[in-house]
Amino acid sequence: MSRERGPVFLERRTYRRRRMSDAARLMPILGAALFGLPLLWGMAGPPTSTKRVMFYVFSIWFVLTVLTAVISRYLRQEKQDTSDTGEW
Amino acid sequence: MATLNLLVLVCFLYVAFLFTIAFGADRAARRGRGTWLRSPVVYTLSLSIYCTAWTFYGAVGFAARSGLEFVTIYLGPTLVMIGWWWTLRKMVRVGRSQRITSVADLISSRYGKSNLLAVFVTVLAVVGTTPYIALQLQSVTLSFAAFAANEPSGTDLPNQQSIALWVALGLALFTILFGTRNLDANERHHGVVMAIAIEAVVKLFALLAVGVFVVWGLAGGVNDTLARIDASPIAAWEVSGSRWVGLTMLSAAAFLCLPRMFQVMVVENEDEGHLRTASWAFPAYLMLMSLFVLPIAAVGLDVLPEGANPDLFVLTLPLQDGRDGLAILSFIGGFSSATSMVIVAAIALSTMVSNHVVMPVWLWITGGSAVMSGDVRNVALLARRTSIAGIVLLGYLYFHVSGGGTALAAIGLVSFAGVAQFLPALMGGLYWRAANRTGALAGLGVGFVVWLYCLFLPSFGPSPVMPQAVIDHGLFGLHWLRPQALFGAEGMDPLIHAVMWSISLNTIVFITVSIISFPRPVERLQGAQFVNVFEHSGSPPGWTGGLAQSEDLLIMSQRIIGGPQAQALFAAAAQRQGLAGYLPEPSPEFLQEMERELSGSVGAATAHAMISQIVGGASVSVEDLMAVADETAQIMEYSSRLEAKTEEQERTARQLREANQKLTQLSVQKDAFLSQISHELRTPMTSIRAFSEILRDTQGLKTAEKSKYAAIIHDETVRLTRLLDDLLDLSVLENGQVVLNSQTGRLGPLLDRAIAAAGVDAETFRIERDRQAEDVMLTTDLDRLAQVFINLISNARKYCDSPSQVLTIAPKRQKDRLLIDFIDNGSGIPTDHQSMVFEKFSRIGETKAGGAGLGLAICREIMARLGGDITYLPGQSGAAFRVTLPQPFADTTPPVSA
Repeated sequence: MSRERGPVFLERRTYRRRRMSDAARLMPILGAALFGLPLLWGMAGPPTSTKRVMFYVFSIWFVLTVLTAVISRYLRQEKQDTSDTGEW
Repeated sequence: MATLNLLVLVCFLYVAFLFTIAFGADRAARRGRGTWLRSPVVYTLSLSIYCTAWTFYGAVGFAARSGLEFVTIYLGPTLVMIGWWWTLRKMVRVGRSQRITSVADLISSRYGKSNLLAVFVTVLAVVGTTPYIALQLQSVTLSFAAFAANEPSGTDLPNQQSIALWVALGLALFTILFGTRNLDANERHHGVVMAIAIEAVVKLFALLAVGVFVVWGLAGGVNDTLARIDASPIAAWEVSGSRWVGLTMLSAAAFLCLPRMFQVMVVENEDEGHLRTASWAFPAYLMLMSLFVLPIAAVGLDVLPEGANPDLFVLTLPLQDGRDGLAILSFIGGFSSATSMVIVAAIALSTMVSNHVVMPVWLWITGGSAVMSGDVRNVALLARRTSIAGIVLLGYLYFHVSGGGTALAAIGLVSFAGVAQFLPALMGGLYWRAANRTGALAGLGVGFVVWLYCLFLPSFGPSPVMPQAVIDHGLFGLHWLRPQALFGAEGMDPLIHAVMWSISLNTIVFITVSIISFPRPVERLQGAQFVNVFEHSGSPPGWTGGLAQSEDLLIMSQRIIGGPQAQALFAAAAQRQGLAGYLPEPSPEFLQEMERELSGSVGAATAHAMISQIVGGASVSVEDLMAVADETAQIMEYSSRLEAKTEEQERTARQLREANQKLTQLSVQKDAFLSQISHELRTPMTSIRAFSEILRDTQGLKTAEKSKYAAIIHDETVRLTRLLDDLLDLSVLENGQVVLNSQTGRLGPLLDRAIAAAGVDAETFRIERDRQAEDVMLTTDLDRLAQVFINLISNARKYCDSPSQVLTIAPKRQKDRLLIDFIDNGSGIPTDHQSMVFEKFSRIGETKAGGAGLGLAICREIMARLGGDITYLPGQSGAAFRVTLPQPFADTTPPVSA
C-alpha cells in the first residue's frame, strides 16, 4: 500500500514546490502593492496620522517576512528543481 | 574628559576585538574548521552592511525631517529580498558559475568580457562610492564631536580632520590585512565577513538598546511615545507619492547595484541555500533596525533643544540623560556601521580597480606579454592593496576638501542614484539575450551624464563647475536643459526628477541601441549563458587550443594564482586527460577552466586577454566558431541526428555480418549434408548393384540363392525408399511447409496405436505404462505425435541392449505442459553423443537395424512444429527421451502425479 503511494507523494511535493516558487515570485508584487497602499489614504479630508501608517507598514512588513519564511522553507531542494529546467 | 578617554579606550578595544575575530575566523577557515563561518546566519548578517552609519544615525535625522519617509530606504531592499526568486537567485547563480569578482566584472563578463565596459563601471562605482566613504568618516568624527561637546570641561576637542585620518588609516590597514589575504577575490574573506557579522549584531543591538531606552526610559512607555509622535511636527502622513514610490525603487535598485552589496551578496556567497534564509531574515533585520527610528526622532524633537542635529539623536539622547554607557554603546554601533561599510566597499572597489584598470594597464606597459614579465601574482596583490589604500584615502580627501558640511549628508541618496545606473545593464544582461555591449555602454553613458548633470553636480549647490546660471537657465541658456527641470519637468523633487530622467533615458538608450546594433559572437555566447544560467550550467567550449604551450600557461598561472595551486590545477587536468605529470593538453575545456580560475583572481576580461596572448590567434577562430554558438541547439540536433545515423549504419553492418556468418554456416551444413546423403544412398545402391550383377552374370544359381539375393535387393530398395521418404519428410518439416492437422484425443489410445504400429513383439519387448496418467486429453496433430512415439518406441526396441528389454512410458503434467518420458533399460547413450542424437544421419554405434539416422531429427522437427520439444534426458536407468508438449489443461481431468 505504502509502496504504491510513494510516487504520488513525490508528485505532490514537486507540485507543491512549483506552486511555492510561484508564490515566491508573487511576494515582491504583493509587497509593493501593500506598501503603496497608504498613498491612497486620506486623499480626501485630513491627512492620515503617521502613527497609523507606521502600524500598518510594520504589520505588513512582519506579515511579509513570515510569509517569505514559510515559502522559502518549501523551496529547499534547489537541486531537484525542474520548474526552471535543469540544475547546476 | 573622562568619558572621551573612555570612549577612545573602548573604541580601541573594540577594534582590537574585531581584529582578533577576523584573525581567528581566517585561521579557522584555513584549517578547515569553522563550519559556523559558512552558516546562513553569518551570510544574512553580512548583508547588513547595507545599513551604514548614514542609516544608523541618518535614519533618525531623516525621520525627524520627513517622518515615515525614511522607511523607504529599507522597504526597497525588503522587496528585493522577498523577491529573491526573481533576481537574487539568478545573480548568485551567475556569479558562482562564472566566478564573478565584482559588479563591474559581471557586467563586463556578460557583455563579451569587454574591459572598456568594466573600466566604465569601475569609474562610475568609484565616483559614486567615494563620497559615501567620506560620509562614513564624517559620521565617526561627528559622533566624536558630540561626545566632546557634552564634556563639561569642554577642553581639548580633538581635531576632526585628524580623527577622520586616523580612522581612515585604521580601516585601510584592516582591509589590506584581511581583505587581500588571498588573491582570488572569489574566495571568501572569512575574517572580514565574520567581523562584519559581529558588527551587524552590535549595531542592531545598539540601536535597539537606544530605542528601548527612549521609549521606556525617556518617554513613559509605548502610549506616551505614540502621543509624542502625534504631537511632533511629523505627526501627519504627508508623504508625496512620487517620493514614496521613487525612493523605494531607488533603494531597491541600489541594493542590487551597490558594489559593496554585490560583494557580500554574490561574491562572498558560499551557498545558494543561504539566500533562502536571508530572504526573510534580512527583511526582519531591516524591520528591527527601523522599528525605533520614528520614536527616537519624535522624542528627540520633543526633548532636545531647538537646532540640535537630528542626525545625532541616537547619540545625544542618551548623553543628555547622562547615560554614558548607553551612549558609548550607541557610538560603537555607529562606528560599526561606518567601518563595515568602508571595509567592504574598499574591498569591492579595489577588486574592480586592480582587475579592470591597474592590471590591464600593467599588462599593456609590460609589452602585453604575460609570459615574459615578472611575478603577476605580486603585481596583482600590490595593485589590490594600493587600490584599497587609495580608495579609503580618496574618501578621506573628499571629506577633507568638502569640509564635512551638510552637503555631504545629502550624498547618500545621490550615491544611490549613481550606482542605480547599473541596473538596466545588469537586469538586461540577466534577462534579455539581445542586450549587447554597445547598448550597455550607451545606456550607462547617458545615465551617468544625466545623473552627473541633474543630481551630482547640483548637489553641491552653485559651484564653478555648475554655476547658478546653469541651474536657473540651463546649459548654454537652453531653457529645457535646466538640470532640475529637464525637458520642462518642473516642480518635481530634484532627486526623483534626476532618478526618473537618468534611469529612464538610460533604459531607453540601452534598449534602443541594443536593438539596432549587432552583438559580437562572444557577447551572444555570454548572453546565452547568463540568461539561461539555470538551463545549462556548463558552458560551450570557448577556446580552441593546440597552439598554446602548456608550459607557458603553467608559468603564467603560477604567477597569478600561485605555484602550488597552479600546479595542482594543471596536474588535475592532466590526470583527467590521462596524462602523467603537470602538463595537460591545452584542450578547450582545460583552457576554459583555467580562464575561469584566473578570472577569480584578475577578472574575466584580464584573464581572457592573458590567455589569448598565449593561445594567440586561436581566439579569432574561436570567435568565428562562436558565431554559430547561437545556433547551438540546431547544431546539437544536427549532430545528434548524425550520431543516430551512424548508429543505424553500425547496426546494419552488424546485421549484415551476422547474416553472412549464417550463410557461411549454412553452406558448410549443406556440403556436409550432401556428402552424407550421397554416402547413405551409396551403401544400399552398392549392394543392390552387386546382387543384381550376381543375378545377371552368374549361371546356375539355385532358386534358394536367387530368391535370397532378390530379397536382399528388395530390402535394400525398401530401405532406400524409406530413406528417401524420410528425407522428403524432413525437408517438408524443415521448410515449414507441413500442414498441421489439429485433433483432439486421449493419450492412452494414441500410445496404443503407436505401439501397435511399431510392431512390437510383446514377448521380447515389455512396455510399462501408467494408464491413469495417460488419461489426458490432447489437442494437437495426433498423427504427427504418433509418428514421434513410433520412432521412439522402435528406436528403443532397436537399440536397447538389455537381454530383457523394458520400455517405461511415463507421462507427467507440469503446469501447462505435458511431459512424456520414454525410458528403456539399456545402457543408454554415452554423454559425448547425447548432443548429437538429434542431428541428421547421426547413429550411435553399429546399425543393427539399418536406420538412416533421420528418425530423431524428424522427431525434433515435428515437436518444434507442434510447439513442444524433445530432449535426451540424462541420468536415467537407460536411454531416456522426454517429449514436451504444450497443453492447456482443463480442470476436468485430475492432476496427475509422477
